[in-house]
Amino acid sequence: MPAVVTGGLLPAAVLVLDALSGALGANPIQRATQQTGLLALVLLLLSLACTPLRRWTGWTWPARVRKSLGLLAFGYAALHFLIYLFDHGFAPVQMTEDVLERPFITVGFTALLLLVPLALTSTPRAVRRLGFARWTGLHRLVYVSVWLATLHYYWGVKKDHTPPLMAAAVLALLFLARWWRPRQRAARPLPTDRGSASP
Amino acid sequence: MTEPQTPPDHQTPTEEQERRLLAPGNPLNPRREFLRSAALFTVTAGALGGGLELLTRRPGAGSAEAQAADPFARPARPLGPYDTAEAVTPYRQATTYNNFYELGTDKADPARLAGSLKPRPWTVRIDGEVRKPQTVDIDTLQSWFPLEDRIYRMRCVEGWSMVMPWLGFPLAALIRRLEPTSKAKYVQFTALLDPKQLPGQRQPVLDWPYVEGLRLDEALHPLAFMAVGLHGRVLPGQNGAPLRLAVPWKYGFKSIKSIVRITLTEKQPQTTWALAAPREYGFYANVNPAVPHPRWSQATERRIGELGRRKTLLFNGYADQVAGLYKGMDLRRFF
Repeated sequence: MPAVVTGGLLPAAVLVLDALSGALGANPIQRATQQTGLLALVLLLLSLACTPLRRWTGWTWPARVRKSLGLLAFGYAALHFLIYLFDHGFAPVQMTEDVLERPFITVGFTALLLLVPLALTSTPRAVRRLGFARWTGLHRLVYVSVWLATLHYYWGVKKDHTPPLMAAAVLALLFLARWWRPRQRAARPLPTDRGSASP
Repeated sequence: MTEPQTPPDHQTPTEEQERRLLAPGNPLNPRREFLRSAALFTVTAGALGGGLELLTRRPGAGSAEAQAADPFARPARPLGPYDTAEAVTPYRQATTYNNFYELGTDKADPARLAGSLKPRPWTVRIDGEVRKPQTVDIDTLQSWFPLEDRIYRMRCVEGWSMVMPWLGFPLAALIRRLEPTSKAKYVQFTALLDPKQLPGQRQPVLDWPYVEGLRLDEALHPLAFMAVGLHGRVLPGQNGAPLRLAVPWKYGFKSIKSIVRITLTEKQPQTTWALAAPREYGFYANVNPAVPHPRWSQATERRIGELGRRKTLLFNGYADQVAGLYKGMDLRRFF
């Protein structure tokens, strides 16, 4: 879905414009870090909303944009991490120390690491190579990653925990929607079941 | 190159078929198809991009041009014994990037909302273990002391720092004037409690009013300062008008803003951040690169206006003056 990719990249363009025009405030690096992190989390939540949406509505488009949203989320998470590295002068010693000693960083870093294999196996070829069952199992890592990302967000806030708690609430709703299958589903034939369909 | 074979079931359309395909009302008209997908593309991209912007973008206050010019650059004066010679943070940045949760939790909020804070009329209540408890008007209080300039470093617990040219008077001068009793061991400061003036107090982000405190010997240290001005002008609301504390060797949250009450106490005051998160913010809150915050390192800081980071100094670089106050204390335990 090129439209979704274009829309998803708009905030990155705005961020660059903001940075060039000085609209990021007195601490632009901190602002850019927070913005890319939040974008990554929001896109990850959107990608997780696709499957429940398809199940509840019978629409097919959510399934088609899911991959783009997931990859966009990974892109912003990677950017978020790069800005963090830049912020700390690409100092490997300090970074390793941060990752090992500070749960806040450990959790965020783990959330990003878990997304790497998912991004690498996002092609149809990878699905074929792994086999659908194994591929699906691997991509369940996103559930771990998104919870870790939310915890990382919660810990990153000094005091006003409303936004991270809202993210956690959305996440909980999405999980509930996964467990509670709509009841009509058993009664109604699957949307793909349309007799002899054209190609 | 050979001509591609047209499959038998796709005959070249007759003119009649073509005319019907391109008729204005035909839903299969390729031109209409193109327009529809273009519209769908624009709407989808716009909705997703716009939605993400709404959810995540928080532009800072002011633009580069506005920040480049410091309208209140002051003529150089000889530096005093307590001044740092480092470059002063421009007025614009010092007044648009603030932590003042009573005026919102975003850095740009206080400057935006400070209009509701009325620094006059303002009284300060002085009580507790003093021989002369009283309630005094801010202008009277200011007139008791000659105002001094102090250029202090300010290090926030979040890992950023500024250089602030304060205007005010030493806290010690005020305390001595009030004549503490022999029981006085601590000084407790209380900030304004008024949700009308400080709309952030409608949310219980912290336990309002904001309370801070110092040990009496810290409060009597010549570096402990009461500021009423910044950059040679009266203190703006977002920086804690009309009266705030400036203790430069401690993290910024100790330097309480918009003070309405000063109480000398026998017991250590229960301070706001230490109550909110006792593992993370201690009563002493001395700047110390070797004692990390549980969630992040305090070894480095970003000086506002710089891209790189600098090493954080013990007691924010005031160790020579203040280290004596903490002789024999375990700074990891009394963080």
